[in-house]
Amino acid sequence: MNPPHDVSPQDAPRWGLAGLKFGVTHTLGLLPGSAVFGMAFGTVAAQKGLTFAEAVTMSAFVFSGAAQLVAMEIWSNPVTVGTILTLAAAATVVGLRMLLMGATLRPWLGGLPPIQIYPALLLNTDSTWLIATRYREEGGNDASVLLGAGLSLWVVWVASTIAGYVLGNLIANPERYGLDLILPIFFVAMLVPLWRGPRRAIPWAVAGAVALAMHYFVPGYWYVFAGALAGSLAGGFIDE
Amino acid sequence: MSEHDVLPYASFIAIGTIAAMTYLVRVSGFWMMGQVTVTPRVRRMLDALPGSVVAAIVLPVVAKNGLPALLAVSAVVAVMIVRRNDFIAIAAGLAVAALARAAGI
Repeated sequence: MNPPHDVSPQDAPRWGLAGLKFGVTHTLGLLPGSAVFGMAFGTVAAQKGLTFAEAVTMSAFVFSGAAQLVAMEIWSNPVTVGTILTLAAAATVVGLRMLLMGATLRPWLGGLPPIQIYPALLLNTDSTWLIATRYREEGGNDASVLLGAGLSLWVVWVASTIAGYVLGNLIANPERYGLDLILPIFFVAMLVPLWRGPRRAIPWAVAGAVALAMHYFVPGYWYVFAGALAGSLAGGFIDE
Repeated sequence: MSEHDVLPYASFIAIGTIAAMTYLVRVSGFWMMGQVTVTPRVRRMLDALPGSVVAAIVLPVVAKNGLPALLAVSAVVAVMIVRRNDFIAIAAGLAVAALARAAGI
């Protein structure tokens, strides 16, 4: 499971096949859960009155489970200017955590030509980023890990949106199989290799506590961003 | 143009707007970090982020789903420590969650 070290971590990152393969491989365990989310979105989109083309376009271009499911909560026909503004604001708040994720990729991938890295970031998702982060932690230096993980998830996301839209929910009770918990399960699995001792985990505890408090006391979707930001600040101010 | 004709147009504008905002948050953190100097403190802040994001996403979900989620996540940690294999860990997590719920925990 160790990434191939065909490029030294200090060199400029490159785009190779090894990273692509690592990215695809590490999404495989996640795909059933991803497909359930995609189907859920497709089904809800159909119920909300989106056309087939609208639902598939949204999955193909937005490519974010959180943003799309929140959008479906707000969506109403006819779509007014007010609805569009509300949708834009919600997508931004839900996506704020991506701001932090993008920031962590800079020291590694900042040397790549903008014309290559900015389009590649289209494919970034929570899972893509976490797989890439783990790959980098283990000494990998192949930027294609983003493409491998991103494309693999994208194909399943779009395909399962279609299935959900056309067929309705194929799996009636995803809870029965624990599939509604696939994201926390996957995230924790990715977190364990990042463990560097209890002192380095203090920010994680701060992040978790702030996120929990925000989740209970502040309505909306601020809690991930607020928690992660608090953890990051704590990390910056704990002297090593 | 009747109201009916306007709808697909408006909904594609809505989808385009959501896509644009989502892409903007995907790239702007990366872009911003190119405008600041990465001091040791900034470096530590970035290093703390992956675990912090995971904790901030996972803990509220676990709190909301109670004991089955807690058991599932614990199983994942245990398997990852012992075997360091994502597939086995994820499968174990799903199995524990399913069993805990079937048992009515």
